[in-house]
Amino acid sequence: MRIELVKRPQRSALFSMLSPFIAFALTIIAGAIMFALLGVNPLSAFEIYFVEPISQVWQLHELAIKAAPLILIAVGLSVCYKANIWNIGAEGQFIFGAIFGSIMPVLFPQFEGPLVIPLMLLLGMVGGAFYASIPALLKTRFSTNEILTSLMLVYVAQLFLDWLVRGPWRDPQGHGFPQTIQFGDSAVLPELMPDAGRANWGFVFALVAAVAIWLMMSRMLKGFEVRVLGSSPRAGRFAGFGFNKMVFFAFLLSGALAGLAGISEVSGAIGQLQPVISPGYGFTAIIVAFLGRLNPLGIVAAGLVLALTYLGGEAVQSALGISDKVARVFQGMLLFFVLGCDTLIHYRIRLIGMALTKPKGAALEAAPKLGEAR
Amino acid sequence: MGGTVSANHDRSNLLEVRGLTKIFGTLTACDHIDLNIAKGEIHALLGENGAGKSTLVKMLFGSLEPNSGEIFWDGKPVKITSPGVAKKLGIGMVFQHFSLFEALTAAENIALSLNDGSPISTIAAKARALSFSYGLPLDPDSLVGDLSVGERQRIEIIRCLLQTPQLIILDEPTSVLTPQEADKLFETLERLRSEGKSILYISHRLEEVKRICDRATVLRHGKVVGHCNPREETAASLARMMVGSEVKAVVRAPAEGIETAPALLEIRGLSRKPATPFAIPLKNINLTVRAGEVIGIAGVAGNGQGEFFESVSGEVLQHDAGSVRIRGKDAGGLSITGRRLMGAAFVPEERLGHGAAPRMKLSENLLLSRHATDGKAFVGSGGTVKNGAVYSAAQRIIKAMDVRKSAPDPEAAALSGGNLQKFIVGRELDRRPSVMIVNQPTWGVDAGAAAHIRQALIELARSGSAVLVISQDLDELFELSDAIAVIHNGELSTPLPIAEATFEKVGLLMGGAEPGHAEHSLEVA
Repeated sequence: MRIELVKRPQRSALFSMLSPFIAFALTIIAGAIMFALLGVNPLSAFEIYFVEPISQVWQLHELAIKAAPLILIAVGLSVCYKANIWNIGAEGQFIFGAIFGSIMPVLFPQFEGPLVIPLMLLLGMVGGAFYASIPALLKTRFSTNEILTSLMLVYVAQLFLDWLVRGPWRDPQGHGFPQTIQFGDSAVLPELMPDAGRANWGFVFALVAAVAIWLMMSRMLKGFEVRVLGSSPRAGRFAGFGFNKMVFFAFLLSGALAGLAGISEVSGAIGQLQPVISPGYGFTAIIVAFLGRLNPLGIVAAGLVLALTYLGGEAVQSALGISDKVARVFQGMLLFFVLGCDTLIHYRIRLIGMALTKPKGAALEAAPKLGEAR
Repeated sequence: MGGTVSANHDRSNLLEVRGLTKIFGTLTACDHIDLNIAKGEIHALLGENGAGKSTLVKMLFGSLEPNSGEIFWDGKPVKITSPGVAKKLGIGMVFQHFSLFEALTAAENIALSLNDGSPISTIAAKARALSFSYGLPLDPDSLVGDLSVGERQRIEIIRCLLQTPQLIILDEPTSVLTPQEADKLFETLERLRSEGKSILYISHRLEEVKRICDRATVLRHGKVVGHCNPREETAASLARMMVGSEVKAVVRAPAEGIETAPALLEIRGLSRKPATPFAIPLKNINLTVRAGEVIGIAGVAGNGQGEFFESVSGEVLQHDAGSVRIRGKDAGGLSITGRRLMGAAFVPEERLGHGAAPRMKLSENLLLSRHATDGKAFVGSGGTVKNGAVYSAAQRIIKAMDVRKSAPDPEAAALSGGNLQKFIVGRELDRRPSVMIVNQPTWGVDAGAAAHIRQALIELARSGSAVLVISQDLDELFELSDAIAVIHNGELSTPLPIAEATFEKVGLLMGGAEPGHAEHSLEVA
């Protein structure tokens, strides 16, 4: 028996919707096998992984804290990917947003008041956008591949942050620990409901960004431009849309949102700069963007799911003694299965008997083989 | 006709096809096709675009597998499962779109497809001998990239003949040739026929079918609608068989007072360096199109038409702002949007992916070229798209151009080529542009739709616009144009007024007989 992919005449709306759910189910199955191989009862592991971390209100706040940067970054990335521009360096833009935003509390701690937070957020966005402009410039000027340059710049950003907190920005009273001073009160992003949990305004920013980008992509000429240039660049040029301008627009927008996520995380959840400020949000956001079908509203849901994989990873580590790298495994499997299931949107699967037996799918006989011209 | 299968097949038929059917999804591309090709005949396969000619031929050449039906070769049933099997039987094919490597020599290209391990020098010698004996002169050592389209076709033909086929299938062979080159090809075909070889000749050009073919099979919507002797038919009766109804002739009222009308499009010394090693440089092109007239640009494919269109449309900018002038103002430095705002409209050659985004709806494709010129109507405050206004404008165009579609606002890719082209042309006509530049207005469009588009272009000109049509279809240009210029190797000839133009004169220019105005070309260098 062999398996053939048969191209559908039209993309399937049904599978476009179902694909993330099928992918999630396959991830659960593969995860169950993984837990079983580790010698853990999959059912109880799943309860610890997926249910316990969100069974209390304060835990939902933790979920929001983890989801906020994922959603913010992924919403920006969705614009890039729709335009067929591959920004893989959101992690670096996140870090640069955090560094730029931290200029205020670290270098000017005496400056206090209600203006500090808006300034920090603005600087964060500038920092992310600045860092994202580098691959954009290289792409438009020298036709470099933005996947490589933006990815490599992540490591530059990580090492630059590492140097900053060990060197010039190190807290003199910090007993030599590689970290900056604790941010002053007016430089800390306020919590939304301090009585109930730790969630801060970052989550609100994420929701606002998602709605705004959704409006832009679906209702505005700019969104149309992104979609045209992404799906058929030559038609985009015929429409009078400039591809180079779009490269800058997409990189600056996604960089600014990643930078906003970075400074929100540092100012809200951490409270100071340290060598590592992200558990890979910039990379996980790529999964979020695709799991959310590159639709900002879908991304909000996907961001919450992926945030849960982080919390679950911490939970199984403390409860079962399994490495929290299991979170990365789940994230990787999820992306793998999402991309795999997306094939079903354009193709259907057909099983063909190799022997002389009549193929079961005789009704499908009429369909052309994969790759045949119409 | 029908699916009757008899055991005793006429041995005088080289190829016999019974009830051949091919289904793609819900579309029956070929529906119980019957076809006989006798030994030593030139058999025409006639039909409009989408009639199923290519599908049928692909099944005969083994690149598509039929759903049902039988093929008999020399009286014996055969299954042609791959092009290799077809070649072994003695079927050779010359494709419409050549499959040659530009960076290799002719002999190397031939060696690649023969794939029998014989040294290049042997192949080159064989090819040279064959090419001379058939009157198709060809230098096997020349680089394909340096050859004209006609010469490239010769490589394909020689490559096919080297395999000594009994049946040669030619898919629209003259669509890339000048009339003179086509004459040469016909001589070769007649020579092959006299040697007892059979030829399946696919074309939609009725005059040449009448001239060289012994019998014809006409396809319409995937079905055989008739077999006939084309010599006994008129072009009009053949067209009726192909289309299924009368095709309205295009009416071109005489243009009056053109000489004194304002020049709406002026091209002054337009030159462009080749963007890629195999692109054509534009050399000092001069042309004026006045209000009320249609100027045609003839030329064999690949002589700089695409480069010229990109330069005039503003997809590529000029260094010299005065080299393209629209309505009396310099436009060479303006983008395509800027030129549209000056009143120009453009229809490129490629429909899907250039003139329209395939996966977008027709209404979105309307916005594609008109978001700036109709900014007030289609785009509201803050850059929001007025979807309702765009949708109703799209419906207006669909109605005006009689675009046939399956849904109220389908994706561009869901339309047939002809219907999408009607929409794309209608999208620009709807603006009443004062300058309209069209590249290949009816390429791959059925006869009825083509007549509709041509008539609309003439009417636009007569209402006071300047219309420039680039086309490889000479019949079309003679139908449309008030004057015809020829582009050859990036140079444009002086336009010939239609009263003085003949197929022969234009054909000679297409072959490069008279470089348009060589005296200017020194200035550019």
